[in-house]
Amino acid sequence: METINFQNFRIEAENICVDYNGKVALYDANLRLQPGQICGLVGMNGAGKTTFFNALTGFVNISKGKIRINGESVRSAQKDQTIAYVPQNEGIDSQFPISVWDVVMMGRYGSMNIFRCPRESDVQAVKDAIERVDLTDHLSTPIGNLSGGQRKRTFLARAIAQRASILLLDEPFSGVDIRTEKLISELFIQFKNEGKTILLSTHDMIHVREFCDLVLLINKTVVAYGETSEVFTPENITTTFGGISPDFLFGPES
Amino acid sequence: MELCSFLTLDSFITDPLTHDFMRKALLMSSLVAAVCGFLSSYLTLKGWALMGDAVSHSVMPGVVVAYALGLPFSLGAFIFGVGSVALIGFIKQKSRVKEDTVIGLVFTGFFALGIVLVSKIKSNIDLHSILFGSPLGISLSDVKQTIFISLLVVILLSIFRKDLMLYCFDPRHAKTVGINVFFLHYLLLTCLSLAAVVGLQSVGIILVVAMLITPGATAYLLTDKFDNMTVISVLSAIISSLIGIYVSFWFDLETGGSIVLAQTFIFLFAFLFAPRYGIFKLKKLFAGYK
Repeated sequence: METINFQNFRIEAENICVDYNGKVALYDANLRLQPGQICGLVGMNGAGKTTFFNALTGFVNISKGKIRINGESVRSAQKDQTIAYVPQNEGIDSQFPISVWDVVMMGRYGSMNIFRCPRESDVQAVKDAIERVDLTDHLSTPIGNLSGGQRKRTFLARAIAQRASILLLDEPFSGVDIRTEKLISELFIQFKNEGKTILLSTHDMIHVREFCDLVLLINKTVVAYGETSEVFTPENITTTFGGISPDFLFGPES
Repeated sequence: MELCSFLTLDSFITDPLTHDFMRKALLMSSLVAAVCGFLSSYLTLKGWALMGDAVSHSVMPGVVVAYALGLPFSLGAFIFGVGSVALIGFIKQKSRVKEDTVIGLVFTGFFALGIVLVSKIKSNIDLHSILFGSPLGISLSDVKQTIFISLLVVILLSIFRKDLMLYCFDPRHAKTVGINVFFLHYLLLTCLSLAAVVGLQSVGIILVVAMLITPGATAYLLTDKFDNMTVISVLSAIISSLIGIYVSFWFDLETGGSIVLAQTFIFLFAFLFAPRYGIFKLKKLFAGYK
């Protein structure tokens, strides 16, 4: 059961700035997301998408501004397992000697005791999560032997097992097969109905139109933010991608 | 040692055991090997081989200073080991020099300082035994220190083994679910410094990095399961130590070098014949016969 927060915002980022040793990666960025909303994060490489994710998960500290997760600090969101991060396939070491089961079990670590001994409920959560992403036949398969799509599903299962109310997904559709893409889009609808909030970064404009209620266009700061139908215009996209027209980037709109 | 004195395999193994110093060497080296082998899985997966090299060389001045002041040498080594890592981080952050250059620069600097100190400080430090190890001449106080540090490292690694695995695999997820990544980073560094300290008694400062990476690399070629990797790593490290000491006893060879060579041969064997990842892929060869 989700407790309804009186503030009614899952994510509130106010004027956040992040810099790495004096180099500004993101400045004056704002974002407000409610339960059940799916928001696309669109920008060039180096526009600050990953930085935005890092700030929300607390992986980097913000130098200015304020982040509230369910009305509380990032620190307490970490303690409460509120946010799950699903990395890009390139962001993980696929040769790491670890099985699907072990990866998904990592979603439960935050709520286990110090030795990370799985309880009955953890085992059940992991089983359920693996079933939802259709990997039950691959429980003990090393992640190195999985396809790109199966690996992506493994990390989705980890987020499901974590029972997080906010999902951050870095390029969820890159390098996956059609079957996985279909499964992910079905899961998105389920997540939405469960009241989870999803923030996903993507290069693919079609996916934004298809899945995202809201879109956040960034280029070191917010270029535009709002309902996809209103904000996702060729002009805004051109500004986001530094003056390159969307026709050139994605082909003419049909 | 007369070569003809071992006529049977039995006497090859039991004769050395009649010597007190050999029993001690075999026990201590096995313990040290087990500790280094345990840690080795984490270092290879984290990609910290160069870091292991840096820390193990950097402990040199610490050992010398501690001996000169009459302190436990592990204390000095530990301070300089962790200090070198802090210095590497600081220089990397404050300059445009690339990380591998900074690592190389810092550890050679520390190592050189150690060598200069040995030549200047009048004491009974045996440079040769620091550089190349002296498992056959280990003193009683060193034995106590080694056992204490080894147990400490094994206990720390055992408690945090799953967290450390997660930290090596996906630190961002660890952070996201509220696990203290900062603590784990320094825990791994601390264990690395401590393991380098005990390892240098067996094989010496120059070769201790082999104890910290070779068993892990061997195990990595043989399994796809993390727990198995740790077990294989520890076993291969212990076996190498035993082989190295026996061989050095019978053929009058440098002990530290023999232990590391044994590890290298086991790695080469895995490299060539590992079932899945070896060059000749034994599994496939056997499958071909059926």
